[in-house]
Parts: sequence; structure tokens; C-alpha cells
Amino acid sequence: MALTREDVEKVSLLARLQLTDDELNSMTEHLSQIIQYVHQLDEINTDDVAPLAHTLDITNVLADDVVEDCLSRDAALQNAPQRDEECFRVPAVL
Amino acid sequence: MSIISKSATQQREMLRTGELTSVELTTAYLEQIRTRESAVQAFVHINEQQALDAAEQIDTRRATGEPLGDLAGIPVAVKDNLCSEGVPTTCASKILSGFIPPYDATVVAKLKTADAVLIGRTNMDEFAMGSTTENSSIQVTNNPWNLQCIPGGSSGGSAACIAADLAPLALGSDTGGSIRQPAALCGIVGLKPSYGRISRYGLVAFASSLDQIGPMTGNVEDAALLLQVLAGHDPHDSTSADVAVDGYAESVTQPLSGLTLGVVDEHYGDGLETEIKSSVEEAIRVYESLGATIKHIEMPHASYGIATYYIIAPCEASSNLARFDGAHYGHRADTSTSNPTSPNEDALTRMYRSSRAAGFGDEVKRRIMLGTYALSEGYYDAFYLKALKVRRLIRQDYDNAFKNVDLLIGPVTASSAFKQGEKTSDPMAMYMEDLFTVTANLAGVAGISIPCGFTDAGLPIGVQLQSAPFHEDKLLRAAYMFQNATDWHQRRPEF
Repeated sequence: MALTREDVEKVSLLARLQLTDDELNSMTEHLSQIIQYVHQLDEINTDDVAPLAHTLDITNVLADDVVEDCLSRDAALQNAPQRDEECFRVPAVL
Repeated sequence: MSIISKSATQQREMLRTGELTSVELTTAYLEQIRTRESAVQAFVHINEQQALDAAEQIDTRRATGEPLGDLAGIPVAVKDNLCSEGVPTTCASKILSGFIPPYDATVVAKLKTADAVLIGRTNMDEFAMGSTTENSSIQVTNNPWNLQCIPGGSSGGSAACIAADLAPLALGSDTGGSIRQPAALCGIVGLKPSYGRISRYGLVAFASSLDQIGPMTGNVEDAALLLQVLAGHDPHDSTSADVAVDGYAESVTQPLSGLTLGVVDEHYGDGLETEIKSSVEEAIRVYESLGATIKHIEMPHASYGIATYYIIAPCEASSNLARFDGAHYGHRADTSTSNPTSPNEDALTRMYRSSRAAGFGDEVKRRIMLGTYALSEGYYDAFYLKALKVRRLIRQDYDNAFKNVDLLIGPVTASSAFKQGEKTSDPMAMYMEDLFTVTANLAGVAGISIPCGFTDAGLPIGVQLQSAPFHEDKLLRAAYMFQNATDWHQRRPEF
């Protein structure tokens, strides 16, 4: 059950990765190998098995709705590749 | 006997009585780094001046009788995926080069409260994805036992650091074996605690339901000490367990009577190196001579661990690494003059795609792609959901095992440290290195690797013990029993 190069191109857009021609070729090959390997899970009957996403028996851990100190704006913008006084700057979308 | 050959536990006692100063201890390790680090390449960042300044402050505070933390004056090395305020944190990735965290990871804050001396940051596979540390974008780390061999991964820098005596204590992280496997390959002790035992706040996430931080040390009692300092519930990490922290450091030297150990027969297949098999079997005999009972355990789904892990981990990674897009921090590609690669591609998407393409290495891209595919419409049920169901079966295998035995015992790896470059062109072969370690992460149980021998070629071998969740006390005590009856943990490579 191999992936096609077209499949890999579509996934690369979803993954927001720009792949070169060489990368598309090797990625197609490697991903196909891995997908083939993981298909062995089909051997196991899991009809009556619930998925286990998380190994701790906890749900909906909430915090009290209380205002506390947080990161200053300046600290939050410290690593920005481009910024102004208040915001991160990115290429325009509109 | 040089101060370097003493355990951190012993050093701590000598610091307390005034027999030793932190400046002396820190200087001794900095000297080790000066003479050995160029060969080993364990560190990506060494805090020489800050470490000496911190050591001096601790000595002064101690001299005035001020109460000090549990690790006061002891150097600790930290894996480069643990955020440390004001210090470059790169996860060995180009996409984070120059990134300076504005906060401390909880474990780093705990080390500071304990008055540890942060001596440096260690090399790793990029974003913790790998089993040899060869995926680091910064440098290759060499196994101190044979400099042409890999130290294991992804915490290869921390493992090499301890094996080469460059620091007495180190932190690693383990998602599929990344503490235990390099510990085995470097002949040191590495503990992956139960999921939720140590806070993940400030650990750059790879797979959120699998990641755990843990100690990497030269002996079991030091691992117990470090675990005790780091463990505990953290309101910053909603996945941290609200479970009391046992006195691991206090109880570690107490042997367990009536210990039952489970041996999983599925582990001893053809892929296992003969010398590893013999060493592990010898370790089991040592436990028998110490009064332990051995039982044979079946874990019918253990062999599906790799397939399960290599769906779940990349899926979670594809989500966690989406944040690295050039917008808020890290590398941003200059796309001002480049053309769209497809007709409707907007400038922002082009920025994301180019930044990530330039910033991520091959293995990281591969896992992001795998995860994105497995979570996409039409494949989610067949892959991700299916893997989660098998995960429950693997967890049930462990639950059933622990009804019959206290701990599991078995190999850590199928092979000892191999030559650099040997598996880099075969991703699947590389993934198989995690065979014996991934199931612990999938199930959330605790596992420790302790040295149990050497191959004829002089490469270390480790044996793994696993416990039910939140039974690290039993794990450490059993590990100490073995250490007390052998001397593998005292061996260090010659330089």
C-alpha cells in the first residue's frame, strides 16, 4: 500500500512543508516503507477495544478563573523575527 | 580517589561537611570538560563562568550557615530541549537557533531551587527524534567507550556526559527510549519515570502523551536523588500526576525481599545480539542469587510496540511542531523575493512552508509528514485510532503482568553501540532500535536501564527493569540491589 508522489505533495501542503524534488522522491519511498510496516496492526482485532489516548486517569483538569501575572508583552515579543511595539509582524494575508 | 569518581550522593555529603567546596567540585568537572569534551562533543553550550559564579555563591551561603537546597553545589547538565530562561535553547534544530526562552522549565526551576550548579546544555537528536544523536543539526556526539560509535539517542549528549565524567548528574527526556537506550549504550543509569511523575512544563514537546523527563547518572542512588528533587505535581502541567512523591533517595538502599521478576519470552528473538542476551541472562541469575523469583510472562502485543509508537508519536509530533512556523520565534525564511510555488499560495503560507523547510532536518520532516498523513481525512481511523486501540491492549498486557510480578526484567536494546553512519540511510532499521523501550512510554509505566556488562568489543550493555506506574521506589530499590552485587556501574572509559 504505497504512497504516490501526489499523495506526498498533498500532505506536504497540509504539513506546511516545502519539499524539493529529491525530498519528494525519498519521502515517497520512506513513508511507503513505514506505512507498509505499521499496517501489521491490522492483524489485531480491536473491535471491542476503546482507544487509549492518555495513560493517566485524569480528565478536564481546570484552573480557577483568577487573574495572575503573566509574561510581559516585551518578553513575549523578545524572539520575534519581526515585530513592532505591540505585535508580531508577518506577511500580509489580505 | 579523585572527587570525580565519587557519586553525587557522596559529593553532597562532602560539601555538607565542608570537606569539599562547590568551587573545587565545579572546577574539577570543568577541567574534565577541558581535556575530554573535544573528543566527546557532549555539550552544545557550556556555562563556565556562570557555573563558577554560582558555585562561589553557594560556598559563601553555606559558610554563613544559610539553609541550602538538596543539590547545593553539585553540577548538573541539562538536555537542550529543556527551557532555561535567558539561555539559548535549540533542541538541536536550526529552526530554533537563537531562540532564548523567557521562562524556566519546571525541572530547571527545581534544579535552581535545589541550588544545583547548571554546568551546561547537552546535545540531542533534533526535537528528540532519533536513536543516535546523529540527527542533531549542531554536531555529532561520540560514544566515550569508542569515539567512532554512536552514544545512542536522543539524549546522547547527556549519556556521554555522564560516561565521560563531565558532570555527576544530567537530565534527559524519553519518548520512546531516549533516556534508557543511550544509558545502556554508554554504560550508565537512565530512568524514565511513570508518565506524569515529572512535570513537562518547559520541555519542548515531541509527543505529549509519551514524553517524560528523567535522570541520567553514574549510579542508582544518584538517580533516586535526582528523581526526588524533580518529581511532583505541577499546576503548570495539567498532565502531571497529583501523586505524593516518595522518599526515593532514602529508601533506595533498602533491598526488597520476596521480589518477583517477570521475563518476557517474546523479547528473546533472533534480532537480539548474543552478547546482550547472555549479559541479561546473567543479570537475571544475579537477581536469583539475591533471592528474587523469576516468572515467565506473556505480553502478546509487545511486538506491535514499534508500529503503534511510530504512528502515535509522529501524529502527536505533527501537531506539536506546527508551532514552529517562523511567525513568533525561531527561523523565518526570507520569502520577499521568491515566487509562489502554486497559483493560490498566499505569502503567509509561503513563509510557513519555506521557514519550516529550511529549519527542520530530514528525520523531523519525515515524522511530521507521517503524522500529518496518519491524521488526515480518510486515514485517521485506519492509523491513529487503530494505534490508540492497540495502545490500550499493550497497557492491559502490563496491567496483567504486574498482577503476577513486581517488576519486569529484560534487554534495553537489541544491539550495542554501532558505528556512526551505519543506520542513517535506513529509517526503519533505525526505528527498530526502540524495540524494547517504546512499550513503557505507550503504557505510561516506569523503566530504568542499569549497566550489566560489556561486549567483547568493550561496548556497554544495559538491563532494563520496568514497574507499574508510580512504583519508582520499587524500581530503584531493585536496581540498587543489582548495583550492590556487581561493579559494572563503576567502569568508565579510558581517555
